[in-house]
Amino acid sequence: MSESKSPYLLSMSGITKRYGGVRALENVSFDTHRGSIHALLGENGAGKSTLIKILSGVVQPDSGTIELDGNTVSFTNPQQANDLGVSCIFQELSLLPDLTVADNIGITRPPLKFGMIDYRAQRRIAEEALARVGGENIDPMETVSNLSLSRRQMVEIAKALARNPKILILDEATSALTAADVDKVFKMLHRLRDEGMAIIYISHRMPEIAELADTCTVYRNGTKVETFKNGTKSDSAVVEMMIGREYSSVYPAKSTRPTASKPILKVSDFSWNDELNGIDLEMRPGEIVGLGGLDGQGQRQLQLGLFGTLIGASGSVEINGAPVKLNSPKMAKSDDIGIALVPEDRKYEGLMLSMTVRENLSFAAVEKMSRMGVVDKRAEEAAIDEMIALLKIKADGIDGPVGALSGGNQQKVVIGKWLMTKPRIILLNDPTRGIDVGTKQEIYQLLQKLASEGCAILLYSTDYDELIGCCDRVLVMYDGRIVRTLAGEDLNETNLVSAALNLPEQAAKRPEPKKLQEASL
Amino acid sequence: MTVSSEPADLVSRQKYFGWVGRLSAAQRGILIAMLIFAAMFIVYGWKQAAGLTPNMINTAANKGALLALVAMAQTLPVITRGLDLSVGATFVLANCLASTIVVDGPIATTFGIFGVLLLGLACGAVNGLIIVYGRLQPLIATLATSAVYFGIALAVRPQPGGSVNFELADFMTRSSFAVPHSVLLLLAVVVFIWIPYRRSVLGRAAFAIGSSEQAAYMSGIPINRAKMLAYTLSGLLASIGGILLTALTYSGAAKMSIANEYTLNSIGAVVIGGTSLFGGVGSAVGSIFGAFVMRTVGDLLIVFDINPVLQPLFVGVVLLVAVSLGSLRVLRIKNRLDIYR
Repeated sequence: MSESKSPYLLSMSGITKRYGGVRALENVSFDTHRGSIHALLGENGAGKSTLIKILSGVVQPDSGTIELDGNTVSFTNPQQANDLGVSCIFQELSLLPDLTVADNIGITRPPLKFGMIDYRAQRRIAEEALARVGGENIDPMETVSNLSLSRRQMVEIAKALARNPKILILDEATSALTAADVDKVFKMLHRLRDEGMAIIYISHRMPEIAELADTCTVYRNGTKVETFKNGTKSDSAVVEMMIGREYSSVYPAKSTRPTASKPILKVSDFSWNDELNGIDLEMRPGEIVGLGGLDGQGQRQLQLGLFGTLIGASGSVEINGAPVKLNSPKMAKSDDIGIALVPEDRKYEGLMLSMTVRENLSFAAVEKMSRMGVVDKRAEEAAIDEMIALLKIKADGIDGPVGALSGGNQQKVVIGKWLMTKPRIILLNDPTRGIDVGTKQEIYQLLQKLASEGCAILLYSTDYDELIGCCDRVLVMYDGRIVRTLAGEDLNETNLVSAALNLPEQAAKRPEPKKLQEASL
Repeated sequence: MTVSSEPADLVSRQKYFGWVGRLSAAQRGILIAMLIFAAMFIVYGWKQAAGLTPNMINTAANKGALLALVAMAQTLPVITRGLDLSVGATFVLANCLASTIVVDGPIATTFGIFGVLLLGLACGAVNGLIIVYGRLQPLIATLATSAVYFGIALAVRPQPGGSVNFELADFMTRSSFAVPHSVLLLLAVVVFIWIPYRRSVLGRAAFAIGSSEQAAYMSGIPINRAKMLAYTLSGLLASIGGILLTALTYSGAAKMSIANEYTLNSIGAVVIGGTSLFGGVGSAVGSIFGAFVMRTVGDLLIVFDINPVLQPLFVGVVLLVAVSLGSLRVLRIKNRLDIYR
């Protein structure tokens, strides 16, 4: 071993990052060369995004070092990372919607003339950058908010390139692109690599990675599993590396529940705004149905659609065989329909944090406990007490603000608030995220209890164990549609992951990448 | 399924509205305000028995220019998705100080003007410091500083009075070739302050911040400096308004009612001028026309022989109509949750 400078352009080592008590990264390393495309793989929450955020200066690591070109660097904000040649294209677009395309591309380092922005030069730079990514047909003077999502993503890539980075990071940057655009972008990435740029690529689309990457690194649970040359491992071996952890047995036994034969909810050809593409779904009383798949494949939209918040959704929804209109949460929770939604963001969509537990519990059901607009105080108190007992909410907090409770207890209040409406169909969006194991277990037991009492439950979870442990069957979503239904023996983690990546049923056989890509778009 | 074609509404917009459809949101805002103002002014001139005399135009321009300057001052913070409730107080404070130091000979007057402008810059900079580094909400921060600035104005001029350099006052109230000098002042502010600001890095950063502060941060934009500059320039513009007020009235007066009226009307003028209260979109030029629209309402009432007491009612209606035009976006929303964002 020589003592000379590191052979790598970028070398990260010993990176550790915690959010509160939750470990996001533990002693992680990452190295990459000039002129290479390096893919990062891992499940949701494996730590890829955190690593990228650290590298681009958005968050700071608790410990660890970053070496760029052999020099130790540290970034306290994105600007510093930019200045040293690290450009990142984020999953959530970083474009400024009210500004023009040219303004956006030139925003970090605009061309100046007499101290003012030289619009003509900026326009030229924008045109060049767009041409480089193959977006010549985008008008640099158009306002970004007028562009379609796919065009915006091209602008985003052009923006990152206009800074002439040494390291270019693409975090799910192709997720909204059309097949033709993906082709152009891939050609460009290969060219940039040959010119000596280091490219870090994150995608959940395995075929893309197979086509594009030189090197792959797999992360799991905040630690690095392995770095290997692309093409040396089969898809199934990669998926195994991504999962690779043991099941924990926090799940109550799935009792054999009496399931009615007639569906209570029947959804046909439900579509909305390119984000839901023809969903068909049936749920029977007593059933727990899981929604799986990668984050952001339309699961949230499907639940919001069933709860009546989407405008212009097409398709039909039937409750007990009768077609219904769902135009607001108020309609969805009415006695005729009886749908409840435990939303994704409990702090902002689920609770009024500064109000008491009692008040929060009765909000959704207050009409049921009132006569002619006057609340029956005694009935309300009784119902609240019953709910608090059922959910085992910590008694000393019930007259204080709900914001003072722990995350787990807050989530119980959100669930309780909806149980007060006596729903027949309960939609839950990742209800156990960020919650301690004990409370998780209580929630699982509650779900089984509700199902055995005849509720139909639609549970979206990013935790595959949870889907396997709780659900009778799991619908895996990809690109706004249900691509596979898993039940019984088939409901295991390997199948869930490969279905989530939209690989064909036999994950071991690698498909011809091109074809799958087009099919998936 | 993602499609590569542009959203249908853009295509149809360009098809049905031609070159108007190609204008940016800010430009459309300016155009609407201009048209409303032109329509009102034509009606005003047509209804006027004596027709439009240069003298009338001059008087109308002077009244409008005062609000226009304060409205331009308001525009800058609003573009960053902020608000400045102290523009009226800064305007009054500048008036009080100007009636004390913009006096005597040309040299003293020149120094006096600089003194007042410096004071305006200082007021704006204090707002900026509190909002950027004190991390207070603009609304409450400027509500507080507004009271402070008004208090200083009272200390400077406890009783209405004072005077102003006569040549300056005379010049500002006259017109050349039928162009009122107050309009020339507005033009100068646009050319020497607004346009360079609009084209500067920090000026564009202000638009970026208003458009999406998170994305602006992610793009490595100097957020703090841009906000500081927006509030500081706002103070400067308000103090220019204060100097013009002194020239028009030959005196200074610390009146709370004036400060409040100008602050509230400035917000109305900004909105009528097409600047979004959600930030990111807007123009100080639009605010000028917005100010003139609000001022012309009063004149119209006189020619139509409507009791001037009803002026606030009509100003309110005009404001509501203008704001409704701006919130048509709600019709395009596809997820009801977004309405509440």
